[in-house]
Amino acid sequence: MTTLAAATLPIGRVVEHRWLVYRRTFRASLFSSFLTPVLFLAAMGVGLGTYVNPSSNPALGGVSYLAFLAPGLLASTCMQSAAFEATFPIMAGLLWSRVFHAMHATPISARDVALGNLVWIAVRMVLVATVFTAVVVAFGAATSPLILLAIPAAALTGMAFATPIAAFAATQRTPEKFNAIFRFGITPLFLFSGTFYPVESLPSFIQPLAWITPLYHGVALARGLSLGTIGQAPGLAIIHLAVLIGFTVVGTVLAVRTIDAKLVRG
Amino acid sequence: MPDAPATPLIHARGLTKRFGAITAVDAIDFDVDQGESFGFLGPNGAGKTSTMRMIGCVSPVSGGTLSILGLDPAADGPRIRARLGVVPQQDTLDTELTVRENLVIYGRYFGLDRAECARRADDLLEFTQLTERAGDQVEHMSGGMKRRLTIARSLINEPDVMLLDEPTTGLDPQARHMVWDRLYRLKQRGVTLVLTTHYMDEAEQLCDRLVVMDKAKIVAEGSPRELIERYSTREVTELRFAPGVQETLDGQLEGIAERVEQLPDRVLLYADDGEAAVAAAHARGLRPETVLVRRSSLEDVFLRLTGRSLIE
Repeated sequence: MTTLAAATLPIGRVVEHRWLVYRRTFRASLFSSFLTPVLFLAAMGVGLGTYVNPSSNPALGGVSYLAFLAPGLLASTCMQSAAFEATFPIMAGLLWSRVFHAMHATPISARDVALGNLVWIAVRMVLVATVFTAVVVAFGAATSPLILLAIPAAALTGMAFATPIAAFAATQRTPEKFNAIFRFGITPLFLFSGTFYPVESLPSFIQPLAWITPLYHGVALARGLSLGTIGQAPGLAIIHLAVLIGFTVVGTVLAVRTIDAKLVRG
Repeated sequence: MPDAPATPLIHARGLTKRFGAITAVDAIDFDVDQGESFGFLGPNGAGKTSTMRMIGCVSPVSGGTLSILGLDPAADGPRIRARLGVVPQQDTLDTELTVRENLVIYGRYFGLDRAECARRADDLLEFTQLTERAGDQVEHMSGGMKRRLTIARSLINEPDVMLLDEPTTGLDPQARHMVWDRLYRLKQRGVTLVLTTHYMDEAEQLCDRLVVMDKAKIVAEGSPRELIERYSTREVTELRFAPGVQETLDGQLEGIAERVEQLPDRVLLYADDGEAAVAAAHARGLRPETVLVRRSSLEDVFLRLTGRSLIE
């Protein structure tokens, strides 16, 4: 127990620092976490959704377009927030304000700095997913109480992106390539990973591409939970979960390595 | 309490730091004793910062031995860092937080509880004369105030050793004196100071003992006074000539002083009696435009040892 406390305390202090900074913009941030789903669900779900007839679209599984779309957007939103949290704040801590170096001059190790920041991103993802889910429920777009489990599923989707992106961000000297991540990674995934329509509607040669990205699995998992259909294919659900956990574990190992390398090099 | 055995607080033998093919610190030996104020003097790129980062246990040793507070940095990094106060060359303050928040959160990194952090933060704000700025955001502060805050922050864990990497580089003279004054007070309280600098006046003001570093090696060691006595004369006479004249002086300066150094813009005469050197120059018919007789400084020592100025 003492060893566990000794190992987790420094990580907690790193999280505490991020919280202290975040607290200043807490309200604005929470409001934007709330506004994004309201706008998207109103425009795409309610507005566009009235043109989509669920009974003539077996791919939707007999639910309204709003109910189909909402969990997909939940997972996608976590991906987008995670990508942002894993780029600029990591670069700022290492290169701009250099606050990670300040932490590393104390008993906090480079590994603690890396893990603490990843834990903080996970906290942020849970916050974003919780607010989003509340809006989904308010829109009447959730058909199963299992939607509560879509919160950790969406947060995990975020982490599957945040950890490898943070690992990459720590190797960069300028934010130039971050735009490329958003333009050529995050945005296409947002559009082609089953958020707005089933991946099966895509040409068959593109579908395998969707399968290897975490977002496809995150969307499928969140949707299965929100619609309560997850029990129909438990094997598939386990694969989705395994892919997301796999990306997160590998990403975490890499992020610890690259952040440590940057702090030690100076 | 009986006297502790006189083991050095920091002990380095053959200490080496390599970055790939580059050797930044090349097998240096030094010891720093309890309560001492110890300096690394040298130009940029001499290996001072690399040495400090190894002492600060944030950069692993490539070769040789290093012990800090009797501990091994490779095995006990966090335990050693818990007892160090670090003032890095580049500011690492959190510009999004207030002055006071920067101190409190830093105390938290050392595992201090919030009440203790708050108490120490208030004392340190007082000590660095920042009490009035406690609620200000760091972003809007001057360089001198940021340095003072960094010094305050480095004291939050009541360190046994302070590591200061170029503590006053980039500050205006007033701010430098303010920082020196605070450091001098800490020195009087018995805090061990280890600092790097390329300002000789800073080294002369603050260091009991120093090493001169050049090209990754230590080239001399001693107190400022000892170094001046060993490598320079009591006084130095600086002669400046009209443009073009200095180049025509070949041979005319030989034997005029113990040692003569020609710099691009002036001639330095090393002699214990500066006025006598001036008289000798006049006797030889030299007509310098300006003459300055001054006491020897560490700059002269450095010039003697390396043939170059400290600030290039």
